[in-house]
Amino acid sequence: MRRRTLLSAAPLAVAGTAGLAACGSSSGSGSSPSSLTYWASNQGTSLENDKEVLTPVLERFTEETGIDVALEVIGWGDLQTRIQTAITSGQGPDVVNIGNTWGVSLQATGGLLDLGDEQFEALGGRDRYVPAALATGGAKGTDPTSIPLYGLAYGMYYNVAMLEDAGIEPPTTWEEMVEAAKALTDPEADVWGMSLAAGSYTENNHFAFINATQNGAALNTEDGKPSFTEDGVVDGILRYLDLMQKDKVVDPSNAQFDNGTKSVTAFAGGKAAMIINQNNANATIESQGMTPDQFKAIPFPAPADAVSDCASHLAGINLAIMKDSENVDGALQFLEFMTSPETQAELGKPFASLPVLVDGEPTFTEDTEQAEMFMEIYGERAEPLPLVPWEDQYETSVGQAMNTMFATIATGGTVTREDVMTAMQTAQDSIRV
Amino acid sequence: MTSLTAPEETTTPPKGPDSRPPRRSRRHLFPYLIIAPAVLLELLIHIIPMATGFWMSFVELTKFFIRRWLEAPFVGLENYRIAIDLNTPVGQELLNSFLVTVGFTALVVGLSWGLGMAAAVALQRPFRGRGVFRTLFLIPYALPLYASVITWNFMLQRDTGVVNHVLVDQLGILDGAPFWLIGDNAFISVVVVAIWRMWPFAFLMFMAGLQSIPGELYEASAMDGASPLRQWRSVTLPMLAPVNQTMLLVMFLWVFNDFNTPYVLFGSAQPRAGDLISFHIYNASFLSWDFGVGSAMSVLLLLFLLAVSLVYLYFTQWKKEKSNA
Repeated sequence: MRRRTLLSAAPLAVAGTAGLAACGSSSGSGSSPSSLTYWASNQGTSLENDKEVLTPVLERFTEETGIDVALEVIGWGDLQTRIQTAITSGQGPDVVNIGNTWGVSLQATGGLLDLGDEQFEALGGRDRYVPAALATGGAKGTDPTSIPLYGLAYGMYYNVAMLEDAGIEPPTTWEEMVEAAKALTDPEADVWGMSLAAGSYTENNHFAFINATQNGAALNTEDGKPSFTEDGVVDGILRYLDLMQKDKVVDPSNAQFDNGTKSVTAFAGGKAAMIINQNNANATIESQGMTPDQFKAIPFPAPADAVSDCASHLAGINLAIMKDSENVDGALQFLEFMTSPETQAELGKPFASLPVLVDGEPTFTEDTEQAEMFMEIYGERAEPLPLVPWEDQYETSVGQAMNTMFATIATGGTVTREDVMTAMQTAQDSIRV
Repeated sequence: MTSLTAPEETTTPPKGPDSRPPRRSRRHLFPYLIIAPAVLLELLIHIIPMATGFWMSFVELTKFFIRRWLEAPFVGLENYRIAIDLNTPVGQELLNSFLVTVGFTALVVGLSWGLGMAAAVALQRPFRGRGVFRTLFLIPYALPLYASVITWNFMLQRDTGVVNHVLVDQLGILDGAPFWLIGDNAFISVVVVAIWRMWPFAFLMFMAGLQSIPGELYEASAMDGASPLRQWRSVTLPMLAPVNQTMLLVMFLWVFNDFNTPYVLFGSAQPRAGDLISFHIYNASFLSWDFGVGSAMSVLLLLFLLAVSLVYLYFTQWKKEKSNA
């Protein structure tokens, strides 16, 4: 009886499976040579703002090439999962924005198109791009699978009036920064020297890297294995945690700040004198009521005896072609268009990005001094995060560990050097190379 | 089904002049045609994804293979070993998450049951305004999940949340403003929010169950001098046993698998004290791109829930049969 029932169901199972297989086997996004699908990341003040900024640019591309572009702007919380799903199913866009720190991890999936000599010829050559920015597009010694689109770098923003009123010069070393922050902190008035996105694992892992690099330590060994327990890494992380723990210049509430915009709000509202944000914070700071003359940006300082004056990781957004694209030629034209000097200059202002072309001019601010400072950081004082396939796991494991340590400090606990060492050992052990 | 084994099924009807299938055969096909859409959908929605997840737990489905997932190498029980090896951070974190979830489930199911029962009994007898209370109590269950949990997120903020404003500024119960969404208090927060969402379900089920208890039972017990507590113990509880049996199991399964509450309440900053197992598995899969280990954890969770459900049903059925005997 049961057997007959199961046998009767078998054709249905076959039909169902075949249906699924048919869905899975069709590749690409259904695009034709006269159209492209483009997934853009959120660079403006909102997803709508991104659409408004990009639409006229894409229309210009259509006019020039006859290729229509279907645009979808995707928030950062969803982008990585959407890309993974697209790679797994073969159903996705033709061109996609990626965080440049994911470059090697996504390359390892094999879902992005390799950009070899032939492709770079169509793009106008490798030499057009800032070499360090291009290096984020793939593992060393391989053809990259993405090219830089928007450059970003960290800077330390300070409230001009607050420092001037206290008679404090903008700090140039870590020690000066801590002294200034201490002088500006007044917990009774709920005013703090600094504000950090201490509950954001994506921000925290950047500062683990920058502080470790300042100490001369690397997060990976020469042969590409994680090395999170090096003294320089542990000391660098503890130095950053101590801004809240020992120096007490950061409001413990910052342990709940799960993105950089919250520190910008504290800064713009006069609750914090200094913040460390990427250069696209300008637009957000101004949108929250500060005028450009009320704040300035300087390089994020290193300790006086630092091995390196690294002030940022090499941040930014890359542009990649999905391997399943049915319109690779059109996609290459699109990459060339998006990284052309005209488009770079046009998008540099609304998205507050640094040019990724060697001869590009910054357009994100009219303050030439600030523009030069960020260009210097981007070109000379920024290092890429580990260019290894497990970079994404580094961001999660170390970033989350720092979230937890900040939470411990904020809720009255203590984090010792041994605790940091243990947390880094745990993070390192969780990496599957 | 029984018709398949019926003796008359074996008798062959005489063939008519046309070649149409005999009426009885056609009639036999009919039930299968009726259930075919349901079987097909069941396969597509449940069986095939479950079987795929089961298969994934035996292969190394990392980022290197997500594009060619059919080619992912078979690793046997390796993913299971990684998931439950308590000498590694992966195993330790899974154990922590499991224990947090067990505590969470016990509190949420227990307290939701108590609140639901108390409210249902309180509203059992008609009184003026009963409908208003019923509606009010059901609101948390009717609200869209995201909207309600994100509101809790706002309310539980340390500096700007209304919870601290009331507890610290207005009532003065606490000295310093505590954190509710990070550190150990995160557990209390996720339990409170989950109970707030879950207890109206228990209330609804009990309310429906109480409708079926004849009023004469209460009248007779009152004449025998039973107190309200005794009535509850000797009339209400036994009469609600069938509702209770199903509801407890359903609530256990829902609460143990709760993904949405921690996901919306904590966002990407998941505190260890609120690391519920469904969200833990999601992170293990999507943040580290290791779908093999994530699937192994899911299969282990499925086996655990299956085992608990079977034991629960065995004992409740056994008890019922014993009492019937």
